[in-house]
Amino acid sequence: MSAPTLSSPLLSARNVTKRFGGRVACQDVSFDLWPGEVLGIVGESGSGKTTLLNCLAGRLTPDEGSVTYETASAGAVDVHRLSEARRRLLTRTEWGFVNQDAREGLRMGVSAGANIGERLMAVGARHYGEIRGSAADWLARVEIDADRLDDRPTTFSGGMRQRLQIARNLVSGPRLVFMDEPTGGLDVSVQARILDLLRGLVEHLHLSAVLVTHDLGVARLLTHRLMVMQGGAVIEDGLTDQVLDDPQHAYTQMLVASILPV
Amino acid sequence: MPDTSITEGAYNYAYLDEQTKRMIRRAILKAVAVPGYQVPFGGREMPLPYGWGTGGIQVTAAIIGRDDTLKVIDQGADDTTNAVSIRRFFAHVADVATTTRTEEATIIQTRHRVPETPLKGGQILVFQVPIPEPLRMLEPRETETRTLHALSEYGVMQVSLYESIARHGRISKSYNYPVQVNGRYIMSPSPIPKFDNPKLDRSPALQLYGAGREKRIYAVPPYTPVKSLDFDDHPFEIERWNECCAFCGSTESFLDEMIVDDAGKRLFVCSDTDYCEGRR
Repeated sequence: MSAPTLSSPLLSARNVTKRFGGRVACQDVSFDLWPGEVLGIVGESGSGKTTLLNCLAGRLTPDEGSVTYETASAGAVDVHRLSEARRRLLTRTEWGFVNQDAREGLRMGVSAGANIGERLMAVGARHYGEIRGSAADWLARVEIDADRLDDRPTTFSGGMRQRLQIARNLVSGPRLVFMDEPTGGLDVSVQARILDLLRGLVEHLHLSAVLVTHDLGVARLLTHRLMVMQGGAVIEDGLTDQVLDDPQHAYTQMLVASILPV
Repeated sequence: MPDTSITEGAYNYAYLDEQTKRMIRRAILKAVAVPGYQVPFGGREMPLPYGWGTGGIQVTAAIIGRDDTLKVIDQGADDTTNAVSIRRFFAHVADVATTTRTEEATIIQTRHRVPETPLKGGQILVFQVPIPEPLRMLEPRETETRTLHALSEYGVMQVSLYESIARHGRISKSYNYPVQVNGRYIMSPSPIPKFDNPKLDRSPALQLYGAGREKRIYAVPPYTPVKSLDFDDHPFEIERWNECCAFCGSTESFLDEMIVDDAGKRLFVCSDTDYCEGRR
């Protein structure tokens, strides 16, 4: 990892708290994400992982705390103080968001090529041949056959849809990708393929990512650093191998111990 | 001041009451001030069903005066049922002169066409609009389409054109072809053929669009740039015919294709009846 003194963190969360009525979904979460780093958020269902991710990605507004993002051109910005226009521009240029359910992140009614090309067209690309060329290129990079370019995602398998969603997000060359259980609901061999793909892409493109998962195996493979959440609070964090090999908190020890030996 | 010399004493001048007309005029002024922006207005029940031109009639009723000359066309023709009944309606309730000649008209209410004869400054073209929202088929939520307009996020419109080329090899949309007004709002030009889109660009006439069911008014002021959306390598093109009009021989106008006998013999004639008659 690069020395922290050379650059500033890409994303900083400070005391992020989100409540739904009297229920606390995530409480007092602070961390820094450095360029090129993949941060994993693990925890059981209902521990506030997805709420935290949505707060970080500007989809939910936290009740307290702030999220600061270091933009490519305009310096550091407070994600939740930006105008809606600028925040939406940020989310479709410098950021990506991979949903667990690919149907939420894709336009199911239009072809794979149009899905990938949407971000390009949204920022002003108006040359059909070039847009189609980038779409074909990205389709190949996520290992989907070139002859599926004009097929709709409805005709794709679950794994292909997930890979298409990844391509659609990465086409604009984002610096930061949020992933919410990107391999959830897929069978094991498909999971492995997507993990392989993601690992390669993150490395080649020097992406930073925040990855939410309940699967410690996924966390082990993809992430550099890990935060463990329970009941909305971060109870342990550190380097992934450290946390998984030498868990300190009782809950983390239980999580690690509960991985089924195969 | 309400006009008291009402036809037969039953209705206010031009059918709508004065308060309603003022409300519609305010909406029109706002629409003209923000070209292409859809202004909501309190649409009234009109004595004809939605889809028959209630929006256009309300706009016409709000702007018409005794010294106006009204022309009404439907699919380019002056003599179709809808055009005839709307023209008679205004002759009756607004006491105006009517005409079929494009050059003589001060207000032209239209459905599906822009007249072939070039319009002049001072003329007003009133369109009847069924679905004012150009993004509706791509994004069903009204709150979301308003946000997209507000933030000029028009990538999704381009996605639909991309999809059309991917599927058909060209942009297959031939009517209601989306346009961008004055470099800002994307606007539905109502279901006119794309053949007519170039006539909207920098037209000397004022264009008013009324959608009765959806209760929206929008406008393109005179001499405002109106650009049809396209791709650099798939530029916007209008329809061309190999035939000419069987009546007037025009090769420039929008032609309707008709089958004239049981053997399937085809005939092409101008859709704009006034233009065609003027050339014979």
